[in-house]
Amino acid sequence: MFRGFAVKALCFVGYTVQYGCIAHCAFEYIGEFVSCSGPSMEPTITNHDVVFSEKISRHLYQIQKGDIVIAKSHFDPKMNICKRVIGLEGDKICTSGPSDIFKTHTFVPRGHVWLEGDNLRNSTDSRSYGPIPYALIRGRVCLKLWPPQCFGGLPDSPNDGRIL
Amino acid sequence: MQMLQKHHLISRLSFCRSPKNPQQKIIKRVIGVEGDFIRTMGYKNRYIRVPDGHLWIEGDHHGHSFDSNTFGPVSLGLVHGRASHIIWPPNRWQRIAPSVPADRRPLLNWDGETEED
Repeated sequence: MFRGFAVKALCFVGYTVQYGCIAHCAFEYIGEFVSCSGPSMEPTITNHDVVFSEKISRHLYQIQKGDIVIAKSHFDPKMNICKRVIGLEGDKICTSGPSDIFKTHTFVPRGHVWLEGDNLRNSTDSRSYGPIPYALIRGRVCLKLWPPQCFGGLPDSPNDGRIL
Repeated sequence: MQMLQKHHLISRLSFCRSPKNPQQKIIKRVIGVEGDFIRTMGYKNRYIRVPDGHLWIEGDHHGHSFDSNTFGPVSLGLVHGRASHIIWPPNRWQRIAPSVPADRRPLLNWDGETEED
Protein backbone atom coordinates (compact mmCIF):
# COMPACT_ATOMS: atom_id res chain seq x y z
CA MET A 1 0.00 0.00 0.00
CA PHE A 2 2.79 2.40 0.89
CA ARG A 3 4.68 1.46 -2.27
CA GLY A 4 1.59 2.26 -4.40
CA PHE A 5 1.37 5.67 -2.76
CA ALA A 6 5.10 6.33 -3.35
CA VAL A 7 4.75 5.40 -7.05
CA LYS A 8 1.75 7.74 -7.41
CA ALA A 9 3.65 10.55 -5.69
CA LEU A 10 6.63 10.03 -8.01
CA CYS A 11 4.37 10.11 -11.06
CA PHE A 12 2.81 13.31 -9.80
CA VAL A 13 6.23 14.90 -9.37
CA GLY A 14 7.22 13.72 -12.86
CA TYR A 15 4.14 15.28 -14.45
CA THR A 16 4.65 18.51 -12.48
CA VAL A 17 8.22 18.82 -13.73
CA GLN A 18 7.14 18.09 -17.31
CA TYR A 19 4.31 20.62 -17.32
CA GLY A 20 6.47 23.12 -15.46
CA CYS A 21 9.12 22.91 -18.21
CA ILE A 22 6.52 23.29 -20.95
CA ALA A 23 4.95 26.27 -19.16
CA HIS A 24 8.38 27.87 -18.70
CA CYS A 25 9.23 27.44 -22.39
CA ALA A 26 5.85 28.86 -23.38
CA PHE A 27 6.27 31.94 -21.19
CA GLU A 28 9.87 32.40 -22.32
CA TYR A 29 9.51 31.97 -26.08
CA ILE A 30 5.83 32.29 -27.03
CA GLY A 31 4.07 34.86 -24.90
CA GLU A 32 2.98 35.98 -21.46
CA PHE A 33 0.14 37.81 -19.75
CA VAL A 34 0.98 41.28 -18.46
CA SER A 35 -0.97 43.50 -16.09
CA CYS A 36 -0.28 47.14 -16.87
CA SER A 37 -0.27 50.03 -14.44
CA GLY A 38 0.32 53.72 -14.88
CA PRO A 39 -1.05 56.49 -17.11
CA SER A 40 1.67 56.67 -19.75
CA MET A 41 -0.20 54.69 -22.45
CA GLU A 42 -3.66 56.24 -22.08
CA PRO A 43 -6.08 56.07 -23.84
CA THR A 44 -4.80 52.91 -25.55
CA ILE A 45 -3.97 51.03 -22.33
CA THR A 46 -5.28 52.23 -18.96
CA ASN A 47 -4.44 51.31 -15.38
CA HIS A 48 -5.11 47.64 -14.39
CA ASP A 49 -5.55 46.45 -17.98
CA VAL A 50 -4.38 42.90 -18.74
CA VAL A 51 -2.75 42.33 -22.11
CA PHE A 52 -1.10 39.41 -23.87
CA SER A 53 2.40 40.04 -25.19
CA GLU A 54 3.91 37.65 -27.71
CA LYS A 55 7.64 37.04 -27.80
CA ILE A 56 7.95 35.42 -31.23
CA SER A 57 8.38 38.65 -33.18
CA ARG A 58 10.96 39.81 -30.66
CA HIS A 59 13.06 36.67 -31.10
CA LEU A 60 12.72 36.88 -34.88
CA TYR A 61 13.61 40.61 -34.86
CA GLN A 62 10.27 41.52 -36.47
CA ILE A 63 9.32 44.41 -34.16
CA GLN A 64 8.05 47.29 -36.31
CA LYS A 65 7.35 50.98 -35.92
CA GLY A 66 4.00 51.55 -34.22
CA ASP A 67 4.10 48.30 -32.20
CA ILE A 68 3.42 48.47 -28.48
CA VAL A 69 6.18 46.61 -26.64
CA ILE A 70 6.97 45.49 -23.11
CA ALA A 71 10.61 46.19 -22.28
CA LYS A 72 12.87 45.95 -19.25
CA SER A 73 13.43 49.29 -17.65
CA HIS A 74 16.70 50.99 -18.60
CA PHE A 75 17.45 51.92 -14.99
CA ASP A 76 16.00 49.02 -13.02
CA PRO A 77 16.09 45.60 -14.70
CA LYS A 78 13.46 44.22 -12.32
CA MET A 79 10.86 46.69 -13.60
CA ASN A 80 9.12 46.59 -16.95
CA ILE A 81 7.80 49.41 -19.10
CA CYS A 82 5.08 49.39 -21.74
CA LYS A 83 5.54 51.87 -24.58
CA ARG A 84 5.05 52.26 -28.32
CA VAL A 85 7.95 51.96 -30.78
CA ILE A 86 8.30 55.29 -32.58
CA GLY A 87 11.59 54.62 -34.37
CA LEU A 88 13.93 51.74 -35.17
CA GLU A 89 17.69 51.93 -35.73
CA GLY A 90 18.62 54.53 -38.31
CA ASP A 91 15.30 56.41 -38.12
CA LYS A 92 15.07 60.17 -37.68
CA ILE A 93 13.16 61.30 -34.58
CA CYS A 94 11.88 64.80 -33.93
CA THR A 95 12.97 65.68 -30.40
CA SER A 96 11.59 69.20 -30.18
CA GLY A 97 8.10 69.83 -28.79
CA PRO A 98 5.16 70.81 -31.02
CA SER A 99 5.30 74.39 -29.79
CA ASP A 100 9.04 74.91 -30.40
CA ILE A 101 10.01 77.22 -33.23
CA PHE A 102 13.28 75.48 -34.11
CA LYS A 103 12.88 71.78 -34.74
CA THR A 104 15.63 69.44 -33.54
CA HIS A 105 16.14 65.89 -34.77
CA THR A 106 18.13 62.91 -33.69
CA PHE A 107 18.91 59.56 -35.29
CA VAL A 108 18.35 56.29 -33.48
CA PRO A 109 21.72 54.49 -33.15
CA ARG A 110 22.39 50.94 -34.33
CA GLY A 111 20.85 48.25 -32.13
CA HIS A 112 18.50 50.69 -30.36
CA VAL A 113 14.82 51.69 -30.51
CA TRP A 114 12.98 54.89 -29.61
CA LEU A 115 9.99 54.37 -27.32
CA GLU A 116 7.24 56.82 -26.41
CA GLY A 117 4.05 56.48 -24.41
CA ASP A 118 0.74 57.39 -26.07
CA ASN A 119 0.00 59.86 -23.27
CA LEU A 120 2.74 62.29 -24.30
CA ARG A 121 2.07 64.71 -21.48
CA ASN A 122 2.41 62.09 -18.72
CA SER A 123 5.07 59.66 -19.85
CA THR A 124 8.78 59.27 -19.12
CA ASP A 125 10.18 57.59 -22.18
CA SER A 126 12.95 57.97 -24.73
CA ARG A 127 12.32 61.71 -24.78
CA SER A 128 13.91 61.85 -21.32
CA TYR A 129 16.34 58.92 -21.21
CA GLY A 130 17.19 58.43 -24.86
CA PRO A 131 16.93 55.37 -27.11
CA ILE A 132 17.09 51.96 -25.42
CA PRO A 133 18.91 48.85 -26.70
CA TYR A 134 16.70 46.48 -28.73
CA ALA A 135 17.72 43.53 -26.53
CA LEU A 136 15.83 45.04 -23.57
CA ILE A 137 12.52 44.44 -25.37
CA ARG A 138 10.66 41.47 -23.90
CA GLY A 139 7.65 41.15 -26.18
CA ARG A 140 5.07 42.82 -28.42
CA VAL A 141 1.60 43.53 -27.04
CA CYS A 142 -0.91 42.02 -29.47
CA LEU A 143 -4.16 41.46 -27.54
CA LYS A 144 -6.01 43.27 -24.81
CA LEU A 145 -7.73 40.82 -22.47
CA TRP A 146 -9.18 42.92 -19.63
CA PRO A 147 -11.51 44.82 -19.25
CA PRO A 148 -13.81 42.50 -21.26
CA GLN A 149 -15.57 45.33 -23.08
CA CYS A 150 -12.22 46.33 -24.65
CA PHE A 151 -11.22 42.79 -25.64
CA GLY A 152 -9.36 42.59 -28.94
CA GLY A 153 -6.57 44.25 -30.85
CA LEU A 154 -5.02 47.58 -29.96
CA PRO A 155 -5.58 50.80 -31.89
CA ASP A 156 -2.88 52.78 -33.68
CA SER A 157 -1.08 55.66 -32.07
CA PRO A 158 -3.37 58.60 -31.29
CA ASN A 159 -0.47 61.00 -31.83
CA ASP A 160 -0.32 61.87 -35.51
CA GLY A 161 3.05 62.67 -36.96
CA ARG A 162 5.24 61.15 -34.23
CA ILE A 163 6.01 58.14 -36.41
CA LEU A 164 7.81 59.48 -39.45
CA MET B 1 20.98 44.36 -0.99
CA GLN B 2 22.82 46.88 -3.12
CA MET B 3 26.15 46.28 -1.32
CA LEU B 4 25.74 42.53 -1.68
CA GLN B 5 25.09 42.89 -5.38
CA LYS B 6 28.17 45.09 -5.89
CA HIS B 7 30.61 42.69 -4.24
CA HIS B 8 29.05 39.78 -6.05
CA LEU B 9 29.14 41.32 -9.48
CA ILE B 10 32.24 43.47 -9.47
CA SER B 11 35.25 42.10 -11.31
CA ARG B 12 33.40 39.05 -12.60
CA LEU B 13 33.28 38.28 -16.26
CA SER B 14 29.78 38.94 -17.43
CA PHE B 15 28.17 37.51 -20.48
CA CYS B 16 25.73 39.99 -22.01
CA ARG B 17 24.05 41.07 -25.24
CA SER B 18 25.87 43.76 -27.18
CA PRO B 19 23.97 47.08 -27.12
CA LYS B 20 24.99 47.76 -30.72
CA ASN B 21 23.95 44.39 -32.12
CA PRO B 22 21.19 42.56 -30.24
CA GLN B 23 21.96 39.26 -31.96
CA GLN B 24 25.51 39.19 -30.66
CA LYS B 25 26.60 38.13 -27.20
CA ILE B 26 29.80 39.57 -25.75
CA ILE B 27 31.87 38.58 -22.76
CA LYS B 28 33.70 41.24 -20.76
CA ARG B 29 34.88 42.01 -17.25
CA VAL B 30 32.78 44.17 -14.92
CA ILE B 31 34.95 47.11 -13.90
CA GLY B 32 32.34 49.27 -12.20
CA VAL B 33 28.76 49.01 -10.97
CA GLU B 34 26.20 51.78 -10.49
CA GLY B 35 27.50 54.73 -8.51
CA ASP B 36 31.20 54.14 -9.21
CA PHE B 37 33.40 56.82 -10.76
CA ILE B 38 35.51 55.40 -13.57
CA ARG B 39 38.45 56.86 -15.43
CA THR B 40 37.70 55.87 -19.01
CA MET B 41 40.12 54.90 -21.78
CA GLY B 42 39.02 56.41 -25.06
CA TYR B 43 35.41 57.23 -24.18
CA LYS B 44 33.94 60.65 -25.02
CA ASN B 45 34.15 61.73 -21.35
CA ARG B 46 37.39 61.39 -19.39
CA TYR B 47 35.61 60.49 -16.14
CA ILE B 48 32.15 59.02 -15.79
CA ARG B 49 29.79 58.07 -12.99
CA VAL B 50 28.12 54.78 -13.85
CA PRO B 51 24.36 55.50 -13.93
CA ASP B 52 21.79 53.58 -11.87
CA GLY B 53 20.99 50.13 -13.21
CA HIS B 54 24.10 50.08 -15.44
CA LEU B 55 27.54 48.43 -15.50
CA TRP B 56 30.89 49.47 -16.91
CA ILE B 57 32.47 46.53 -18.72
CA GLU B 58 35.87 46.25 -20.35
CA GLY B 59 37.78 43.56 -22.16
CA ASP B 60 41.08 42.46 -20.64
CA HIS B 61 42.92 43.29 -23.87
CA HIS B 62 42.65 47.10 -23.82
CA GLY B 63 42.84 48.80 -27.16
CA HIS B 64 41.57 45.73 -29.02
CA SER B 65 38.28 45.50 -27.20
CA PHE B 66 34.78 46.57 -28.21
CA ASP B 67 33.51 47.46 -24.73
CA SER B 68 32.13 50.28 -22.60
CA ASN B 69 34.95 52.55 -23.75
CA THR B 70 33.23 52.44 -27.14
CA PHE B 71 29.52 52.21 -26.39
CA GLY B 72 29.29 53.50 -22.83
CA PRO B 73 27.69 51.92 -19.76
CA VAL B 74 25.59 48.81 -20.31
CA SER B 75 22.11 48.36 -18.82
CA LEU B 76 21.81 45.54 -16.27
CA GLY B 77 18.86 44.13 -18.21
CA LEU B 78 21.24 43.12 -21.02
CA VAL B 79 23.33 40.86 -18.77
CA HIS B 80 22.73 37.22 -19.62
CA GLY B 81 24.90 35.52 -17.00
CA ARG B 82 28.22 35.32 -15.25
CA ALA B 83 31.15 33.39 -16.70
CA SER B 84 32.42 31.14 -13.93
CA HIS B 85 34.52 28.42 -15.62
CA ILE B 86 36.31 27.67 -18.88
CA ILE B 87 35.28 24.18 -19.95
CA TRP B 88 36.79 23.87 -23.46
CA PRO B 89 39.50 23.13 -24.59
CA PRO B 90 40.36 20.66 -21.82
CA ASN B 91 43.87 22.02 -21.39
CA ARG B 92 42.30 25.34 -20.33
CA TRP B 93 39.96 24.00 -17.67
CA GLN B 94 39.93 26.57 -14.88
CA ARG B 95 37.74 28.61 -12.63
CA ILE B 96 37.61 32.23 -13.82
CA ALA B 97 38.96 34.19 -10.87
CA PRO B 98 37.35 37.54 -10.05
CA SER B 99 39.91 40.31 -10.11
CA VAL B 100 40.05 43.91 -11.27
CA PRO B 101 43.40 45.03 -12.74
CA ALA B 102 45.02 47.52 -10.33
CA ASP B 103 45.01 50.35 -12.85
CA ARG B 104 41.30 49.91 -13.64
CA ARG B 105 39.88 50.18 -10.15
CA PRO B 106 37.09 52.76 -9.71
CA LEU B 107 38.13 56.12 -8.37
CA LEU B 108 35.40 56.33 -5.76
CA ASN B 109 33.59 53.33 -4.35
CA TRP B 110 29.95 53.25 -3.32
CA ASP B 111 30.80 53.53 0.38
CA GLY B 112 32.85 56.66 -0.21
CA GLU B 113 36.38 55.24 -0.01
CA THR B 114 38.79 56.63 -2.55
CA GLU B 115 41.31 54.42 -4.29
CA GLU B 116 44.95 55.38 -4.66
CA ASP B 117 45.49 56.21 -8.33
